[in-house]
Amino acid sequence: MTEPGPNTLTAEAAQALGPARSPAGILWRRFLEHRLALGSLLVLILFAAAALAAPVIEQLLGHDATLVDLFNAKQPASLAHPLGTDELGRDLLLRLLYGGRVSLTVGLVAALCAAVIGTAVGLWAGYFGGAADALLMRLTDGVIALPLLPLLIVLAAIDLTKLGLPEALATSQDVSLYRIVVLIALVGWTTVARLVRGATLSMKTREFVRAARALGAGAPRIVLVHILPNVVSPIIVATTLSIGNIILLESVLSFLGLGIQPPIASWGNMLTNAQELIWDAPALAIYPGLLIFATVIAFNFLGDGLQDALDPRAVE
Amino acid sequence: MLRYIAQRLSESALVLLIMSFVIYGLIGLMPGDPIDLMINADPKLTAADAARLRALHGLDRPIWERYLTWLGGAMQGDFGFSRLHSRPVLEILWPRLGTTVILMGLSFALALLLAVPAGLLAALKPRSWRDAAVNVIAFAGISVPPFWLAILLIIVFAVLLGWLPAGGMAPRGAGLGAQIAHLALPVATLTLATLGGILRFVRAAAMEALRQDYVRTARAKGLGERQVVLGHVLRNAMIPVVTILALNFGALFSGALITETMFGTLGMGKTIYDSILGNDFNLALVGLLLATLTTLLANLLADICYAWLDPRISYD
Repeated sequence: MTEPGPNTLTAEAAQALGPARSPAGILWRRFLEHRLALGSLLVLILFAAAALAAPVIEQLLGHDATLVDLFNAKQPASLAHPLGTDELGRDLLLRLLYGGRVSLTVGLVAALCAAVIGTAVGLWAGYFGGAADALLMRLTDGVIALPLLPLLIVLAAIDLTKLGLPEALATSQDVSLYRIVVLIALVGWTTVARLVRGATLSMKTREFVRAARALGAGAPRIVLVHILPNVVSPIIVATTLSIGNIILLESVLSFLGLGIQPPIASWGNMLTNAQELIWDAPALAIYPGLLIFATVIAFNFLGDGLQDALDPRAVE
Repeated sequence: MLRYIAQRLSESALVLLIMSFVIYGLIGLMPGDPIDLMINADPKLTAADAARLRALHGLDRPIWERYLTWLGGAMQGDFGFSRLHSRPVLEILWPRLGTTVILMGLSFALALLLAVPAGLLAALKPRSWRDAAVNVIAFAGISVPPFWLAILLIIVFAVLLGWLPAGGMAPRGAGLGAQIAHLALPVATLTLATLGGILRFVRAAAMEALRQDYVRTARAKGLGERQVVLGHVLRNAMIPVVTILALNFGALFSGALITETMFGTLGMGKTIYDSILGNDFNLALVGLLLATLTTLLANLLADICYAWLDPRISYD
């Protein structure tokens, strides 16, 4: 399909396609055609709903998700424990749901932070160019090329009190949550920055931007009102695709004992002890990984579908 | 060409110098210092002793002063002793670097051998079942948590089938069979974790190459399909693939770290991880720098391959 224009042929073709003719309608239809993406969206909504409903399910089952019961450790699935219990006798299903809350929240929040930083940096570098641009490109090259995981392990091992954080905050239980979001946002913004920079460079020379400048619009207005809305689709696609990667990264760090700290459950740290348990309780090693895998692949399919829907070049 | 290589090498040296300062600073921010570890080992040390020892070892001086001292030693080949192993750092790292290079090299070569033909076949028949299958494998490959993949492989091949060892290194002087058996699962894990990304790049690049005019020309002048695909499509498709693969070398190293940790393979990745968790500051620092150096050299190598693949590029 080409750009919709005023000629009759396109109009007829559009009529033949059906009633949805608004740009949003066309996008929605294209997205619906991508069955994998649609299925993925449904799966993700289901996971999110289940994670949100964790306290309700906890009430229904009638036991506390954090309750340690060593006499009932490594139980097989039963009516009271639909997926059995873990090595400390905690209910596996409830742990998975609460872990899902953490993993999904970290993925979404960190991806959003990374997208905001990346968009700001990309707009700045693309529009103003100069030394800031050169520095940015060097930095993104560096962040992409370096062995990231070992460096993240060092960053995750840093003693926050040495950075001047108050003792009470640095040793609080939730600090591992904030720390991992900050870490991932710090290394994750570069993809978006590059994309936004490239899109901004091409938008900058378009007629409507030059017209706005001729009418006396200042740089902030041009960048925020005229350029930003036109670079939104690569941002959406890159952010969706990055959520999957971030959930993977969080799970790796938590698995290695450097991400989300117990007793807070995350899918990654639920697998930390799995290696010793595969002989007598393989289910404990399988379920959390399966959920990570399903969530990440769903976000990747979703991002791929969005890319096809939003990128006009992909339509054949 | 030689001038270009020399320039790139000096750039890499600069990056390495900057990284050494950054990593030195970060390690300085990790909890505790060597004197704290001595106090733990010897409860008779008083606070006054500790202060005296800190002054003796220069730990009371500012970080940049300590860094310059370290750098002076490093320039003369003195990288210090490892706390965990009580041996010079380089003596420990060299053989482990070899293990990692073997692990990464084998996995990378295998992934490339599988991904290039598969990606090419998928691109030749888009929207066929073959393409769909390749696509699903590629998405699964980029979405699976590598540590969980390792757990699954251990469950299947070590626990259920009992064919392969679940981890560790072949004993010194063991035959080639034992060496291969111990490497099989780590290499399989890293190959599968690397495969997905390469598949997607190859498929996209081959689709792009197939659309070009020179492919139509080649077909028009009556070349057989074999020659068109191998001589024109493949060669041109490999150019962007090589660039992206070089940029992903850092990710390959991160994968190696996870794989080595999972299987207890004594390579660089596991050494870095253990040294960071074990407060072995010297070993962590030099290990991270060696990993960075390897990545930089791999990038340089990829750039040289790039020039060889694409005669249009000249570096003079």
